[in-house]
Amino acid sequence: MDILIYGTINSVALALMALGFALVYGISRVPNFAHGSIYVLSGFITWTFLRTFHVGYVWSILITLIIIGVIGALLYQFVLIRVRGMAISEIIASYAVGLAILEGLRWGGFKGMSYTLPVFVEGSFTFQDVPVDFQRVIMVGLGAAIVAGLYLFTHYTRIGLALRGMAQDERAALMLGIDSDRMAVVAMAIGAMLAGLAGILLLPLGNVVVEAGYNVLILAIAVCIVGGLGSWAGAVLASFIIGFAQILTVVYLGSHYQMVVALLAIILTLILKPSGLFGMQKQLEERV
Amino acid sequence: MSTQQRRKERLDRGIKIRAEGLYALMSWRELSYLTLPRLILIVGMLALPLIVPGMYWQRVVTIVCIYALLAVSFDFLAHYVGLVSLGGAFFVGAGGYLAAILNSSFGLPPLLTIPIATLAGAAICTMFLLPCLPLRGVYFAIVTLMYPLVLARIIEAMDVLGGTDGIMGVDSFTNPWVEQYVVIGCVLLFLFGVRRLVNMDIGLVFRAVKDNDQAVRASGMNISYYKAIAVFLSAAMGCLGGACLVHIYMWAGISLFALDFSILPIAATVIGGGGTLVGPVLGCLILVPISELLREFGTLRIVFYSLILVGFIVFRSEGLMVYGERKYHQFQRWVQV
Repeated sequence: MDILIYGTINSVALALMALGFALVYGISRVPNFAHGSIYVLSGFITWTFLRTFHVGYVWSILITLIIIGVIGALLYQFVLIRVRGMAISEIIASYAVGLAILEGLRWGGFKGMSYTLPVFVEGSFTFQDVPVDFQRVIMVGLGAAIVAGLYLFTHYTRIGLALRGMAQDERAALMLGIDSDRMAVVAMAIGAMLAGLAGILLLPLGNVVVEAGYNVLILAIAVCIVGGLGSWAGAVLASFIIGFAQILTVVYLGSHYQMVVALLAIILTLILKPSGLFGMQKQLEERV
Repeated sequence: MSTQQRRKERLDRGIKIRAEGLYALMSWRELSYLTLPRLILIVGMLALPLIVPGMYWQRVVTIVCIYALLAVSFDFLAHYVGLVSLGGAFFVGAGGYLAAILNSSFGLPPLLTIPIATLAGAAICTMFLLPCLPLRGVYFAIVTLMYPLVLARIIEAMDVLGGTDGIMGVDSFTNPWVEQYVVIGCVLLFLFGVRRLVNMDIGLVFRAVKDNDQAVRASGMNISYYKAIAVFLSAAMGCLGGACLVHIYMWAGISLFALDFSILPIAATVIGGGGTLVGPVLGCLILVPISELLREFGTLRIVFYSLILVGFIVFRSEGLMVYGERKYHQFQRWVQV
């Protein structure tokens, strides 16, 4: 039973981490290697507002999300847009920005165990003899809400439909009057906000540490590759696969192997089904 | 006047045209036009340990050469084969740990461990990277990014290969001059070797793999095979760097998987000019001494490289060497349109 519960929780956490990456890659085909650092950065911004400026928790979360969204948009508008389409430069530029943020935070003294965000609601309850704290329940609920919200957003709003149009065929979208650069900025802002939201939801469960940035990036990418790069449904399904696989290895093998699971998942996917679980239509394009 | 438009026209210098043909052999001027840049590089590299002041800066020269090996390896892989490796540290770690094990457990001297570690390490790295080679796109970058991070974590967590302490007591080179000239020789050897390689037939295939892989496949050639060869070569350079590094510091540890080895060669390549192979060496000659001067700032150095990297890639993506080559071979003038 605890495997089932904690597996679900872990899976939702992975899905939260991966959604932003999947969204940005799906729409603008830019692999955002700065994803993990945005995740950590949002934790630190929230911490700063909460502890240094003493604004309320809800307000600091909202302010953080706005700042993170603006950062994502600026990152796209001033850096990534200039190298778009050049695969080598895209990867290097976004990775370099991510490194600059992470190592800058580390240098700025944001390290060690002293940075923790409070949980939203204290306390825990037992469900079928398994203790679960409310933060994790809230996370699962909000995670499901975010996935549902994203689905509604991309299927029923003008911007969402434009984003999906761009993801499917950018030239056709351009012909229909969708400004692809502006849409990509919007996508990047939303992707960054999703990363920030994931950070705010997940970081109260532990300490805010810089190293988490690299882990989150790797996990997000692992989920996206297993699910098929650019496919959102695949990302959600893959996060459940990897999430349960991780919990199973933690229970039966030990927690050291958690990262190895992600790596193995990537390598197995690349060998067996390179386009991922849901990447069918892109098979010819991505696989040589 | 304001409505008139001007544009810059670039023309090859006469001497470049002459030096390309047989005329090059007919006068000292043309001969020196061709050979002087290469001679300056070779003589400069060989003289570098003699002209720098003190032991400390001699050590810096050695480190420059190790980074230069990594940077040439990155440049070759990225700009001639189209595979972006974000994990130079993986190659360094593989070569370094292998050399350390061979030396401390089997007692082999450095002159044996370095070649063995280079070849065996390259073979191991190629094996590890094999699954992502048939694919195009970001997969290679992602997998190379993961390996150093995950391997460092595994070594730390499972306490194998010396765990967090690393492997101590690795033999050093017999004297500092041997050490410096071994690495300098390696850099020059690999630099000119790779330059020759990319102009041979196989180099043509490599570039074709980068530009149009379907065409390569249509010609009945196996892309994965050629990519594997390229990765082997590039990993060999990285492993050689790692093996030398271990013998220089007499220690192998998790820091071999550190981010510096991944990001600095990339920054050097972008600054020096990607695709020129000499550019990355030049970039290392600029960046590594600066990074030594900034040593007290700790991880701020990485921020510094990253920002330089972003700046160059966004605003000056051609790099110093391409710029220099253009100035050397061509002159430009304004013409009326």
